[in-house]
Amino acid sequence: MSLLTRHRIILPVVSLALLLAATFYMQPRAMSYFGLNLLFNLAVPIALATIAQMMIIMVNDIDLSLGAFVSLSACVTATFLNDTPGIGLLILLALILSYALMGAVIHALDLPAIVVTLGMSFVWGGLALFILPSPGGASPGWLRTLMTVKPPFAPMAVVAAIVIAAVTHLLIMRSGIGTVLRGVGGNARSVARAGWSVLKLKALAYGLAGLFGVLAGMALVGLATSADANIALRYTLLSIAGVILGGGEFTGGKVSPTGAVIGALTLTLAASFLSFLRLSPDWQIGAQGAILILVLTARLVFRQKGAEA
Amino acid sequence: MTPLARPWLWSWLAAAAAFSLTLGLTSGRGASELAYAALSFGAFAAIVGLGQMLVITLGPGNVDLSIPATMTLAATLALKGMSSDPGTAFMGLAIALAVGVGAGAANYALIFLLRLPPIIATLAASLIYQSLAIWSNRGLRIKPPEGLADFATGRVLGLPNVAWVGLLLAVAVWVVLERSIWGRWLLATGQNLRVARLAGVPVERVRATTYVAVAVFASLAGYLLASFSGGAALNMGQEYLLMSIAVVVIGGTSIAGGNSNVPGVWGAALFMFLVVSMLNSYGAGAGVRNVLTGAIIISIVIAASTRRART
Repeated sequence: MSLLTRHRIILPVVSLALLLAATFYMQPRAMSYFGLNLLFNLAVPIALATIAQMMIIMVNDIDLSLGAFVSLSACVTATFLNDTPGIGLLILLALILSYALMGAVIHALDLPAIVVTLGMSFVWGGLALFILPSPGGASPGWLRTLMTVKPPFAPMAVVAAIVIAAVTHLLIMRSGIGTVLRGVGGNARSVARAGWSVLKLKALAYGLAGLFGVLAGMALVGLATSADANIALRYTLLSIAGVILGGGEFTGGKVSPTGAVIGALTLTLAASFLSFLRLSPDWQIGAQGAILILVLTARLVFRQKGAEA
Repeated sequence: MTPLARPWLWSWLAAAAAFSLTLGLTSGRGASELAYAALSFGAFAAIVGLGQMLVITLGPGNVDLSIPATMTLAATLALKGMSSDPGTAFMGLAIALAVGVGAGAANYALIFLLRLPPIIATLAASLIYQSLAIWSNRGLRIKPPEGLADFATGRVLGLPNVAWVGLLLAVAVWVVLERSIWGRWLLATGQNLRVARLAGVPVERVRATTYVAVAVFASLAGYLLASFSGGAALNMGQEYLLMSIAVVVIGGTSIAGGNSNVPGVWGAALFMFLVVSMLNSYGAGAGVRNVLTGAIIISIVIAASTRRART
């Protein structure tokens, strides 16, 4: 078992390292503080969104509304949080609570999460359009400063990724409540028999997803300095891909926060790598798909080796 | 089983409610125009929905996210092949269907050979189809041949031709599901894959044909949509990703698989169009419209599920 768990994290690390090496080979100038910052700049919001998706996948559900939710959080950040911080903060808190409520309703009424989140994606998207009918808004100054700060030794994006991975690793893999949460995905009934309220645990998992979704929206505004209602729609699929790239499984509560962050970094880097390749823009999206398939194929090979050993 | 417990009823009731609420505003004027528009636009959602329904019936985790990309690729290649020449409509159809078969086979190959979860496999494959479409399209907008465009926008016996195609397909799918061995195999596979395999159902063959079928449906919808709207566009399939899943679920098909519902798909497809036109006619902006659409989808799902639990 320990062999398998160790394998689970090796593959994401190796694929990121290989991709990074290939990028440096193509463009040696990227091997610098400034270069790394450019390469991974957009990884922070994607990593946060991937963690949010991971919280949902951890309890055996899937969230199709995440992209719309991150867009909505970005719109709130660029408008209310900038103009009237108090109200903005309240709205963001309400968004997190409504995510927790969504989890509770899904569990209490035994609804399919894929459908409820699909419906909610319309709601989030509509609210975002309501707040910001046309692209605009501005990033709060402190957020802009935070996202563009230049720490010593390693660029902001790398430091942030390490911090996100460390915090979520402690929360999900090391803490008691994290273990119980993963247990909900593994076997909800036995968790319930052990005296836990699965309703509250699911609400907590969704609430955590909401929290990281909001953080993703804020980080995105800090980088982009403005927002629009469609700013993060592609995050829904990116975040699912990131979780799976990072060694997570759709069922059984088998997730890895560190892996998810690395998966998000890999996806971001794949885009940069392809532009270095001077690939025709027509093929950039397709090549991203090919990289995704390639990494997942490698996972298959690894898993078979793990089973043999 | 009382009539109220029939899951497809809810989508038809909802569609009827949206229809009458819209007409309530105009005090009955424009009823036939509204119905005609709903049938035309609903047909595309119904066709992709029927395909998605088959895949979702296969059981948890089965869903095809490559529908929009397949639609776009099939439409682009078909229109390019026809290059607006008269009399090439059937050749174009053949190209589109061939694209569908190819895309479906590729999707299934990824799922079966690489053991990828279907969500990820179809997602990754859709990125490649999208690239192919971009590469072959190059921003050109080729008009469909005149005869084909006339067919796609025309009507027979008062019903839009595209609706006839959608209705015929729905009947065909219904017959296959209810009366053929393959349909029974599909339902058995969706209810319990292991049991079906032990009972001698060729499970992998059923899965393969299902993934090919959904892609063929998507490519047909793309071909018709491009002919209907005067050309293929790269984003033409976009809204059909969520739409295909929404009509299946609102239509009363179980998301857990093993239980499909053909009439419900059509009811839900009509409803999805009518609810937007209802909100439009009440003067709701894009934001409010989306919020209400989402709220309505969720309440229908809740209503249908509590209903199911009671029976």
